[in-house]
Amino acid sequence: MTEGCAAPPGGVPLDGVDLSTQSVIQGVVSRADDHPLAGAYVRLHDASGEFTAEVPTDEDGGFRFFAAPGRWTVRTLAPRAVPVDRVVVAQRGVVAELEVTIPV
Amino acid sequence: MSRESVLVSADWVEQHLDDPAVVLVEVDEDTSAYDKNHIRGAVRLDWKADLQDPVRRDFIDRAQFEALLSARGIGNDDTVVLYGGNNNWFAAYAYWYFALYGHRHVRLLDGGRKIWELESRELVADTPPRPETQYTASGPDLSIRAFRDEVIAAIGVKNLVDVRSPDEFAGRLLAPAHLPQEQSQRGGHIPTARNIPWSKAANDDGTFRSDDDLRTLYVDAGVDLATDTIAYCRIGERSAHTWFVLHELLGVQNVKNYDGSWTEYGSLVGVPIAVGDEPGAA
Repeated sequence: MTEGCAAPPGGVPLDGVDLSTQSVIQGVVSRADDHPLAGAYVRLHDASGEFTAEVPTDEDGGFRFFAAPGRWTVRTLAPRAVPVDRVVVAQRGVVAELEVTIPV
Repeated sequence: MSRESVLVSADWVEQHLDDPAVVLVEVDEDTSAYDKNHIRGAVRLDWKADLQDPVRRDFIDRAQFEALLSARGIGNDDTVVLYGGNNNWFAAYAYWYFALYGHRHVRLLDGGRKIWELESRELVADTPPRPETQYTASGPDLSIRAFRDEVIAAIGVKNLVDVRSPDEFAGRLLAPAHLPQEQSQRGGHIPTARNIPWSKAANDDGTFRSDDDLRTLYVDAGVDLATDTIAYCRIGERSAHTWFVLHELLGVQNVKNYDGSWTEYGSLVGVPIAVGDEPGAA
């Protein structure tokens, strides 16, 4: 049966994934007081600004995308905060790491 | 069809939490979110375990749908309010089932679980039991479901709306970018399809844009709203979201969801495929 398109909190684990074929963007969302933020919504936009995917953060504030090589913007939505945008460049076979801080 | 008869706000849901005629239903592919917490009184539908056939690639038939709703305590006269994660994709897909099987009063929560969480509204872990019902379905109404032969015949004739992201449409990605990229299908899109990502119909918080904005979105992208339309994505849930916009919010007639979508089409032998950002020729 075909699997669905759902994004589990934090994103799909890397277990069993051949990273040499993937362009991963992952990271952690925290409040400015250093607490990892579960339940934030992290949105991936392509180089033209078009929305591409969204993942809710897991209990450790983590998120992960499997992008294509190129320039992406990661936008984070959290309760009682303005959205935070970060630009990142993805490369095949490389895991790009981001730390996103939400102002308190 | 008007927006009020198919869509409710988070405020409306809060005001009807104790209304016995309203049943809240959370729909997800991964139901661990429901298990952790959900809107008070909500029952759950598991997209995979409850709504899909366990063996064949198809969804549950009418008798299975009747048994499922009876077991969940949903009656024919209840107003069903669907919501879920992933910007209501699976809730919209379930809405399409409820339409296929003829449920009279069904609504989507505008913004789904996301806006409920972002607005820090109450979520609970309790699951109050609902007494079983004797649910009777009609249909299926195949005027809203497209199959592969009809899709191939629609190339260059009907509106084909590919609601995946631009990179999936072009063939640069084979799955949404939160999933590992697949190898099994060819990349690209059905020739002549317009790429109007489902996300263009929604605001960042998951709520739908205004009717005027939505109509402009499709018309400006080259969709003739007077002609039959088939929407598709990878497996049919994102396109159920767009089916909801066109058929339910805008009241456009003759809109079908192709739930076989790219995982079927991209695996068919001999069918035409277009790659790149342009729709391509018939």
